[in-house]
Amino acid sequence: MTHSSLMLIVGVVAVATVTGQQPTTSPSPQTPPVSQQPSEVATTISSGDTGAPPRFAVPDFIALSNDAETVDVARTIGRVLWDDLNFEREFALIPRDTYASIPAATSIDTVPFDRWRELNADGVVVGTVQKTSVGVRIEARLVNIRTRQTAFGREYTGPVTSKRFFAHTIADEIHQQQRALRGVARTKLTFNSDRSGERVSGPEARTVKEVFIADYDGENQRQVTANRSLNINSVWSPDGRTLAYTSYRNGPPAIFLANIYEGTGDVLTKQGGQNWLPAFSPDGARIAFSSTRDGNTEIYVANRDGSNPRRLTNHGSADVSPTWSPSGAQIAFTSDRTGTPQIYVMGVDGLGLQRITTESYADRPTWSPAPYNEIAYAARTGPGNDIKVKDLATGNVRQLTFGEGTNESPAFAPNGRHLAFMSTRAGRSQIFTVTRDGRDLRQVTRLGNNYQPDWSR
Amino acid sequence: MTRRVMKLVAIGVLSAALAACGGKKPPLARPVPPAPPPVADATPRVAEPPQPVAERIIVPPEPVRDDRISSASLDDLNRNSPLKPVFFDYDSSDINAAGRAVLDENAATLKKYGTWAITIEGHCDERGTAEYNLALGERRAVAARAYLLSTGISADRLRTVSYGKEFPFDPGRDETAFSKNRRAHFVITAK
Repeated sequence: MTHSSLMLIVGVVAVATVTGQQPTTSPSPQTPPVSQQPSEVATTISSGDTGAPPRFAVPDFIALSNDAETVDVARTIGRVLWDDLNFEREFALIPRDTYASIPAATSIDTVPFDRWRELNADGVVVGTVQKTSVGVRIEARLVNIRTRQTAFGREYTGPVTSKRFFAHTIADEIHQQQRALRGVARTKLTFNSDRSGERVSGPEARTVKEVFIADYDGENQRQVTANRSLNINSVWSPDGRTLAYTSYRNGPPAIFLANIYEGTGDVLTKQGGQNWLPAFSPDGARIAFSSTRDGNTEIYVANRDGSNPRRLTNHGSADVSPTWSPSGAQIAFTSDRTGTPQIYVMGVDGLGLQRITTESYADRPTWSPAPYNEIAYAARTGPGNDIKVKDLATGNVRQLTFGEGTNESPAFAPNGRHLAFMSTRAGRSQIFTVTRDGRDLRQVTRLGNNYQPDWSR
Repeated sequence: MTRRVMKLVAIGVLSAALAACGGKKPPLARPVPPAPPPVADATPRVAEPPQPVAERIIVPPEPVRDDRISSASLDDLNRNSPLKPVFFDYDSSDINAAGRAVLDENAATLKKYGTWAITIEGHCDERGTAEYNLALGERRAVAARAYLLSTGISADRLRTVSYGKEFPFDPGRDETAFSKNRRAHFVITAK
């Protein structure tokens, strides 16, 4: 297993190494860049209008040579970066179709800043792509249009195949530097899909489901399992290197681990019974799950290597869908102990049980990351389900979807500002993302049916 | 237990009805003489308590060779299974009257083929959520299993597995499809 690495050169002094994407055989880890001291005092660009978000333009990057590959990288970075910066809604991105009248620059020195000012831009992100013997060298700058100061400037080197990852990295760093915001441009989704159309062997027509991953924007979709059975409930480890999921490959459902950068796997649940719905603790050391090993469906917690499984619930009802609080001190789950499935919270010792929903039917709680303290879930609202979010501090419940198809399986982005979920609103079952206040709906899968998303940390 | 008592009572009522028709000890292999002509009798007879009848089921130690079911392969058997599915009401894992009738037939089949081991699959329609349906499907499989246990099928022949709503029998999105998908499905795994 080799990892191509993406050199990250900051300003002119600091150098850090980021392991980059290797899209050919299996993905390689994308650890966040080592934090640096900027080489100059960072400036924050604000809008000319008080209260409005600053307006940014992001044209295509400048290809410093005319070969098709360099031109493609330059164009891709500009477009992906525009989408990434637009995703968090911290900046007002000036639509790209208004850029046509502005002459393309051939270097950063020839960028016509006064023309960008005519578009009422507060800042413009410009950059160059230079071909090297091993890949490309990227320079990116966020320039304050009024002062002409560089508010953000970094250089990167890496393989051509990492073109989208360059843009994602720049977007996350601009969000961090300008807004102290953790962007999600380098995060990934996992879900399960029947897109292969293969059938499980047996007399009934049953379609295989395999685990997949994709970038947060739905690009780079990759298949993780290939055992031609039912593989569901996939979730990320906090370090983004391992997926836990339920597989029926050996008959009874068991929880498996897939180390997606090592190409290795393991079984978490070696005991009998049926085991479903894994959830990593926030520190990655433990996994909660549901199991019938003692006769009834209960919540268990085991160490990540499967050792020391402990039962947390002890009730004749069904207890499923565990999710951890951000601190790891509590677990929310679904129980039908009152007759209908509802969301409950308990301490990780199984004590202090508290019911938190009064829906006709509620399932798949997902606890938001800090600073929000919310639990999203799917609630039956009619013939189908809708996504709701309960604010644990105020007790208020807000609804994000409103009866378009059925909507299930919400999962928070690591910054708590977005959710992924499954919806049938477009016909088949597909993965969508939406902001935490229910806006900016985006469809991220289109092939086959896709279910049960989880968002990497 | 209650269901078994009810069954015994039902059999008792049935045998009383047969007795009223003139047969004293059904079921009998020998011919029954024609009933005598009715005699006017004004004196009401004292009702006899119904006689419980329990026919013992024959389980040959070896499957009968000319039996097409016992000679079929497992795949062929499951393709046209003598074990019929049990269907459930919306959100429910209770065995209804139709389900009991099917399970009685399945129990008879399992007694006839005493070496079979089966897996009972629990399935759900698509309206519930994927996660909770894993538990609901399991509860349906367990309910079917409990009924079969109550008929005397031994526990080690009966496994359960829940597929939630992952494998609908009918991909449609109306009640006709949903009602076919809320089921316990029986798979013969050994014979």
